[in-house]
Amino acid sequence: MRFTLNGRTATFEGSGARRLLDVLREDLGATGTKEGCGEGECGACSVIIDGEVVDSCLVAVGQVEGCNVTTVEGLADGGRLTALQQAFIDYGAAQCGICTPGMLLAAHVLLQHTAQPSADDVREGLAGNLCRCTGYTKIIDAVLACTK
Amino acid sequence: MCPSLTPATAVGRSVPRREGADKVTGRARYTDDLVIPGAWYGKTVRSTVPAGRIRSITLDPAFEWSQVVMVTAGDIPGENVVHLIRDDQPVLARAGGEIRHREEPILLLAAADRATLDEAARHIRIEYERAEPVFELSEATEVYASLEISKGEVVERLEGVEVVERSFRVGLQEQLYIEPQGFIAIPESNGAIRVIGSLQCPFYVHRALKRALKLTDAQAIVVQAETGGGFGGKEEYPSMVAIHAALLARKAGRPVRLIYDRHEDLAATTKRHPGVIKHRTTVKKDGTLLSQDIEIVLDGGGYCTLTPVVLSRAAIHAAGAYSCPNVRIRARAVATNTPPNGAFRGFGAPQSLFAAELMVEHVAERLGMSSLDLRRKWMLRLGDTTATGQKLTESVGSDLVLDAALSAAPPIRPSAHPPIRRGRGLSLVFHGSGFTGSGEKKLQGTIGFEALADGTFRILTASTEIGQGTKTIFCQIAADALGVGIDKVVLAPQDTSLVPDSGPTVASRTAMIVGRLVQEAATDVQARLQRGEKAPIRLQKSYIQPDSLHWDETNYRGDAYPIYAWACTIADVDVDMNTGEVRVTDLVTAVDCGKAIHPVMAEGQIEGGSLQAVGWATIEEIKMKDGGYQNDRLATYLIPTALDAPRIRTILVENPYSHGPSGAKGIGELPMDGPAPAIIAAIHDATGVWLDEVPATPEKVLAACASR
Repeated sequence: MRFTLNGRTATFEGSGARRLLDVLREDLGATGTKEGCGEGECGACSVIIDGEVVDSCLVAVGQVEGCNVTTVEGLADGGRLTALQQAFIDYGAAQCGICTPGMLLAAHVLLQHTAQPSADDVREGLAGNLCRCTGYTKIIDAVLACTK
Repeated sequence: MCPSLTPATAVGRSVPRREGADKVTGRARYTDDLVIPGAWYGKTVRSTVPAGRIRSITLDPAFEWSQVVMVTAGDIPGENVVHLIRDDQPVLARAGGEIRHREEPILLLAAADRATLDEAARHIRIEYERAEPVFELSEATEVYASLEISKGEVVERLEGVEVVERSFRVGLQEQLYIEPQGFIAIPESNGAIRVIGSLQCPFYVHRALKRALKLTDAQAIVVQAETGGGFGGKEEYPSMVAIHAALLARKAGRPVRLIYDRHEDLAATTKRHPGVIKHRTTVKKDGTLLSQDIEIVLDGGGYCTLTPVVLSRAAIHAAGAYSCPNVRIRARAVATNTPPNGAFRGFGAPQSLFAAELMVEHVAERLGMSSLDLRRKWMLRLGDTTATGQKLTESVGSDLVLDAALSAAPPIRPSAHPPIRRGRGLSLVFHGSGFTGSGEKKLQGTIGFEALADGTFRILTASTEIGQGTKTIFCQIAADALGVGIDKVVLAPQDTSLVPDSGPTVASRTAMIVGRLVQEAATDVQARLQRGEKAPIRLQKSYIQPDSLHWDETNYRGDAYPIYAWACTIADVDVDMNTGEVRVTDLVTAVDCGKAIHPVMAEGQIEGGSLQAVGWATIEEIKMKDGGYQNDRLATYLIPTALDAPRIRTILVENPYSHGPSGAKGIGELPMDGPAPAIIAAIHDATGVWLDEVPATPEKVLAACASR
C-alpha cells in the first residue's frame, strides 16, 4: 500500500490492521510521533491526515491508503523551522518535548482553519493534546504569537 | 576593551533552550525512539492480589517456551533488592515469597516480537495463598518511619484562648509524565551492561544495578535518553525498570527493550503519598499564635521506597510559612497493601502545607478576622525561627510575594449566571531548596569541568534535563563565569561512565546546588586560564556546605534547608451549584526565586507545577478497589487539558540568596504547594462550605453543599 508521508511517497507491505503509529515509528523511521497512552486520550501521537489532526494510535495503516500524512518531521521546510516551531522555542512552549510534535501539528491545523484565533479558540484547538510540563500558558502564547 | 563589546551576560536572559530545535523537529530521541538492532521486547508479569504468598507458578506445556526468555528471582546474580533506603523491595517476588501489593513484579519475559510475548504471558498461571490486606491508615501496624519536631511547649486549653481543631485528607496523585517509563538494556563485553532509559537520577540506577546484578562500577553503564517528563516519578522507579531490562538482556544475551504502556505505568508505578493531617492550633483572641500541634500520617503503600524522606519534608513544612513559639509535629508513615507511593514534585510538602494553609483560614473564621491579616501577623520574616528552630537570616520573601500577588490579582467579576458562584482564595507557602538537613553534605555532589584545546568548555554532571532546563541554565551560568558566549559551552552526556555523581535531579537542587558548583568550577578554570595555563584543563568541584548551616538529625533541630523559596497564590474559581463542578478560572502566583537564571523557564516551572496542583485539587482522583487503582487508564485518570487550565500569571520576585548561583534558589517543587489550599479557600468563598480535602470532586462539593 501507498500513502504520502511528508510530501513523499511511502510504501508499506504488511498487515493493514497495524496501527499507523507503529508503522510510522518502526517501519518508516518517523519517531517524532510519540506514544503516550495508546488509546486516543493524550494526543502525543497526533498526525495530520488530509488536513485533519488524528491520533495515529487509533488509525489502522490500511485506512490511510492514498492519503496525505504529515508528521512533525514534515513541518520544517528543508531544515528551516516554521514560524510555529520557532515560536515554541522562543516562548518556552516545549519543556520535556514529548507532547511537542503532536501539539505543533494540532496548532498547525488550527492556524490553517482559523487565521485569527482567540485564546479560547487555541485552548479548544489544543484540548486533545495533553501537556504535563507547561500548564499550557506558554503553548497558547506561542500559537497566538503566530497570528500577528 | 570597549565595554559595549563585552559579551552580553547570559544569566537572566531567556536564551533558546539547548535542545529546543531537536524537540520541535522530532529529532530528539527518547528511549523508545532508539533503534537497537536485534533487540527483543520485554514484559513484566505482575501479581494480581494485594497481599499473600505465591503458591505456585505453572507454565502451560502447550506453549513453546523455547521462543522466550524467562527471568525469575532465581536468575538474579546479586541481591534481590531494589537498592534505595530500606532495601525491602525485591526486584522480583521470591519463590513462595510474600506479595505485598497488586502489580508486584513476579517474573520477566522477553521475546523477538510482541505477539509471542503476550502469548507467553497468557500461558503462565500464578496461584496465591491470599492474606488479609491492610488498606486503612488506622489499621496499619507497620511503620516505615516516624519523627517528632518540637519547639517550646504546646499550649493546652486556657482562659481566653481559642483552640481550633481540624482534620485534613489528601489523595493519591499520579505524576503522569507523558512519556511512560522505559529502558533498553544492552549486554557488552567483559560482563558490562549498558542501560539507556528515561530517568532523573543516573547514579540511583547505577547503584541499584550494581547491587542486583553484582556488577562493578565500570560494568554498570547508565545513560539517560531524552526524557519525557519526570516530576519525581522517574526518581526511584527507573531503578526497577532498568534492573528488569538488564536481567532479561543478560539472560537473553541480546539487547532487550522494556517500555511500559500507559496502563502498566499507571497501575504499577509510584504515586503521591495520600494521608491524614490533624491540626490543633491555639490563639489569643487578637490572633496571636500561641501553639500548633500537628499530627501527620502518610500512606507508604507496599514497600518503603523514599517514604522516610518524603515524611521528613512533610513534617518540616507542616507548620507552614509562619512563626510560632510552640510547635509539636508528630509524623509517621505506615505500610499498607497498595502499590508503593514515592517521589512526586513537592515530596510531602504539598500535603502538609495544604493542611497548614487551610488552618489559617479556619482560625481566621473562628476569630472573625481576615485570613490575609492573620497571615501578615503570623508569617515568617527575616530573623524569625521556623519549627525546627532555624533562624532565617537572608532571602525571606514572604512580604514580597504576598504584596506582588495581591497587586497583580484582577478585580473579581460577579457571576452573571445564578448556578455559577465565584470565589477567590489565597495561600502563602515556602519550600526548602535542596536536600533536607545534612543531605547535601553527605552526598557531596561532584561535577567536572573542562577547558578544551579548541577554546570550548565542557560541563560534566549527572544532572538530567527532564524539561526543566538543566542543559540551558548550566551553560548560561558557565558562560557568564567564563566571560564567553553561551555557544562556547557544551555539556557531556548524562552517562555514568563519563560524568561524576552530581547527585539526583530532585529536591529543587539542580539549579541552586549543582548550578553553583558549575559557577565555581567555571570561575576556577577562568582564573587558571588568566594565569597563563593552557587548555586542556580538567577539574572537579564538590559541594561544601556553608559553615553557617547546622542540622541535628536525631532531634530534628536546626537548619533544615540551606534556604527557602516563597510563593503566594491567588486562585479564582467558578463553582457550578447544580453539578458541583469546580473550574479554576484565574491563577496568579508570585514566586521569590532568588534570581531567575532563565525567566521563561522559571515561569514555565511555576506554571506547569501550578497546573499539576490544580489537577490534584480538583479532578485528579484515584479510586481504589481491593488495593488496585480502578481508573488506571488515561481515559479514566483525568489531568487538566488546555480547556480546563486557567490562565496562569506568574510574577517572579528576585530576592537573592548568597550561596545560590547569581542568587538563585530552587523552585522546581514550590509551585505544587500553593494552589490546592487557595482553591479550597476559593470554593469556600464561593459556596460557604469547607472541604478539608483534595481533590474537590463534584461529588464532594455537592455533598458538602447539601449537608450544610
